Amino acid sequence: MTQSVVVQVGQCGNQVGCRFWDLALREHAHVNKKGIYDEALSSFFRNVDSRKSSGRACDVGGRIQHLKARAVLVDMEEGVVNEILQGPLREVFDSTQLLTDVSGSGNNWAVGHMTYGSAYRDQIVDKLRKTAEQCDCLQCFFLIHSMGGGTGSGLGTRVLSLLEEEFPEVCRIVTSVYPSVEDDVVTSPYNSVLAMRELTEHADCVLPVENQSLVDIMNKIRHMSHCGKAGSMINRDSAIISGQGGLNRAEKPFDAMNNIVANLLLNITSSARFEGSLNMDLNEIAMNLVPFPRLHYLVPSLTPLYTLSDFSIPTRRLDQMFSDAFSKDHQLIQADPKHSLYLACALMVRGHVQVSDLRRNIERLKPSLPFVSWNQEGWKTGLCSVPPVGHSHSLLALANNTCVKPTFMELKKRFTRLYRKKAHLHHYLHVDGMEKSCFTEALASLTSLIEEYHDLDCTKGKLSPDVPRLTITR
Amino acid sequence: MSVVTVQLGQCGNQVGHELFDAVCGDAQDGQRKTYSSVSCERFFRPNTRGDPVARAVLIDMETKVINQSITKAAKSGRWRYGDKSSFSQKQGSGNNWANGYCVHGPRHREVVEDLVRREVEHCDRLAGLVAVMSVAGGTGSGVGTYVTQCLRDVFPKSFILNHLTWPYGTGEVIVQNYNSVLTLAHLYQLSDGILVHENDTVHRICSHLLKIKNISFSDINRVIAHQLGSVLQPALTADSHGLYSRNPLGELVSALACHPEYKLLSVSTIPQMPTSSIAYSTFSWPGLLKHLRQMLISNSKMEEGIDWQVRPPTGSEPTRGLTGSNFNTSLANLLILRGKDVYSAETGGFVDPALYTSWLLPEEAFTLWKSPVPFNRYEKAATLVSNSQALLRPLDDMVRKAWNMFASRAYLHQYAKFGISEEDFLVSFTCLEQVISSYRELS
Repeated sequence: MTQSVVVQVGQCGNQVGCRFWDLALREHAHVNKKGIYDEALSSFFRNVDSRKSSGRACDVGGRIQHLKARAVLVDMEEGVVNEILQGPLREVFDSTQLLTDVSGSGNNWAVGHMTYGSAYRDQIVDKLRKTAEQCDCLQCFFLIHSMGGGTGSGLGTRVLSLLEEEFPEVCRIVTSVYPSVEDDVVTSPYNSVLAMRELTEHADCVLPVENQSLVDIMNKIRHMSHCGKAGSMINRDSAIISGQGGLNRAEKPFDAMNNIVANLLLNITSSARFEGSLNMDLNEIAMNLVPFPRLHYLVPSLTPLYTLSDFSIPTRRLDQMFSDAFSKDHQLIQADPKHSLYLACALMVRGHVQVSDLRRNIERLKPSLPFVSWNQEGWKTGLCSVPPVGHSHSLLALANNTCVKPTFMELKKRFTRLYRKKAHLHHYLHVDGMEKSCFTEALASLTSLIEEYHDLDCTKGKLSPDVPRLTITR
Repeated sequence: MSVVTVQLGQCGNQVGHELFDAVCGDAQDGQRKTYSSVSCERFFRPNTRGDPVARAVLIDMETKVINQSITKAAKSGRWRYGDKSSFSQKQGSGNNWANGYCVHGPRHREVVEDLVRREVEHCDRLAGLVAVMSVAGGTGSGVGTYVTQCLRDVFPKSFILNHLTWPYGTGEVIVQNYNSVLTLAHLYQLSDGILVHENDTVHRICSHLLKIKNISFSDINRVIAHQLGSVLQPALTADSHGLYSRNPLGELVSALACHPEYKLLSVSTIPQMPTSSIAYSTFSWPGLLKHLRQMLISNSKMEEGIDWQVRPPTGSEPTRGLTGSNFNTSLANLLILRGKDVYSAETGGFVDPALYTSWLLPEEAFTLWKSPVPFNRYEKAATLVSNSQALLRPLDDMVRKAWNMFASRAYLHQYAKFGISEEDFLVSFTCLEQVISSYRELS
């Protein structure tokens, strides 16, 4: 069994991360009734016997002593990390896993990336190495950060390139929270575009998540639970915004939204942690979904968003789950994959679902989904037998789809609007190591990324004939 | 004589497990002592407590599936895997043939060869090796190909049969056509015979014939195991002089794979039905064989929906190629009959020269094995292993899709990372185009 390390950077990264650890503990507690430290738990947690002075980790198979998260927490303020340390999750982190400063990055990518990136480089690498050494077979780093601010965006992407330098063999999957159009950070277009270049060049996969989509999904669930008909009440712990059953009692404002992202991470790793009839390992994600190295933005969607307390007509509901995964309002970014072009698509199913259900639904949905000509059968599937808490089954779809283009174009537009007026530019340029070329190169990188998606989009609907084959002469 | 099975990757380890379960159940079922003991010697060895231990080596780059198979076998109480017969690692090959073939394979060469060698040493006489794997993923296909290559080196004179599971046309692994092309092209140089099951076909058998509602992978694997078992279980052959053949792989290969250009073998079995219906059904050999023959010439893998319009071409109207006729021309066929009244079965329909290519006499192209012992609860059952054009279309589809993807250069960077270049791909494409062209020329 392999292990993964979560690296959470900045305020947003740490808040999402915090929800992830809470829900991960809830999920494992639900599955693991015997209190044995098993392979599944070992993928994200160490088991430490605190009575022994060495604090050495115990092997798989023994009783759970003291679980420690395989995580590195980085923030350039103290607020969020301190809150975690005072909260119910404090037990799962050691002070050696944390790195904080007091003054923050002032919503400035350059401060995070250049100033703090250089000042803390060695400390960060040191903490990453320590965490990695505690893994038996490290397979994947999950970086969680936001794009709009300074620390998550700037230092987060700096950490990403450090990961590539230090651990070139280990897969890097980045969860990036993109700012909404009405974002209160004026410089967020700068920060996002500068970060985009780093993501395009150094990540294996990026799972983009937009705040607005999280809000919409949350409202949808809340609306359903308030106006639901009698007998169709939403089960309390089944909605993907719910933290019910976790350690955290008091809900904070962003918790519901962050729970969605935490569930995304739980589902993407479920097949690597639990058994199933069709395993899907983490290194299979990039292999199957990334046909060209730069085009590695995978749009996630989660279904069902909640379960109802009356369960009847299960087949119909199962099929509905598959349909929903492709609908606009279940995507975690503002995008419409059905009306764009698929390069590849993964369906990661959890729970009591058979391969025949999967096949039936792929056959059913295929005609309505445009795929690129050379990948007409671009489906990757995984079946994990352990469902999420409160559900009988669930589906995570990851789409490598040109529908990310509008989000990137919007970002570019907002960047250009600021950049044309040279607004706020001096805040960046006086940071050591930051030059004007950083802006032009980041913009060029984004522009060419958009073009690459655009070129593929142009092939949509065109029937390309088979490429002439090699001929054999006799 | 004994057969050593090497189970590779998730699919190989699941199919392999079902195969041993099927042959064990079949052998222990009946009262036929000779049959049982020959079958047992072929697939199992006794451990110190006398329990049957599968003559198998389990290889995977991750632990979950191997552990499952070992546990399930032990739980059956009828047979088990050897205590030291498995090798697994922690991290899979990530659906990447190159990772399996260029990295994992070479890295673990010695351990794997050692395991196989030790299992072979348990055999009084080795009839050959069967490597069970899929072509779609990374471990089965990539490591499987590498291991087959090692087996060829270590056992240069033994028969090596590869059993391959071909993926669903849609939706298992996106790079499955690349992995398949690389696997098949390499195996074609190494293997004595390549026995193929297509998931799509087996899935249809599960839904149409076995009437299974929610088809799972174990259902699929059980059908594959049933068909494979009916080929590999003891039978009386022309050379075995009234005894059960001692050389199943050798005779299979010499019956079917007589030319190095033609190694692709497909399997079909009749009848197949839900277990609950077997007791209420009666079969006659003429009926079964009439259906099986039509299944062969019309290339349908199950007895439902057979195209009865297809007829062998007559001399006056020559038909050529894929498009002209749906007639499936054979190079060689092996018919295996098991069950009651097997000696009375009339198999003349399979010795018709019209079924075969012109350059082989039908008497040479057709082989018949029989066993009076019913297989797997079927009173009468017939299995046909065919070296024919049956796999031409799926192979051609596979190569076409891979070639289209190759032309766009998609995913090639993932293979280059582990040392498989565009040049390597081209060599494999060339090899398979050659195979396709050869099979096309049969008709």
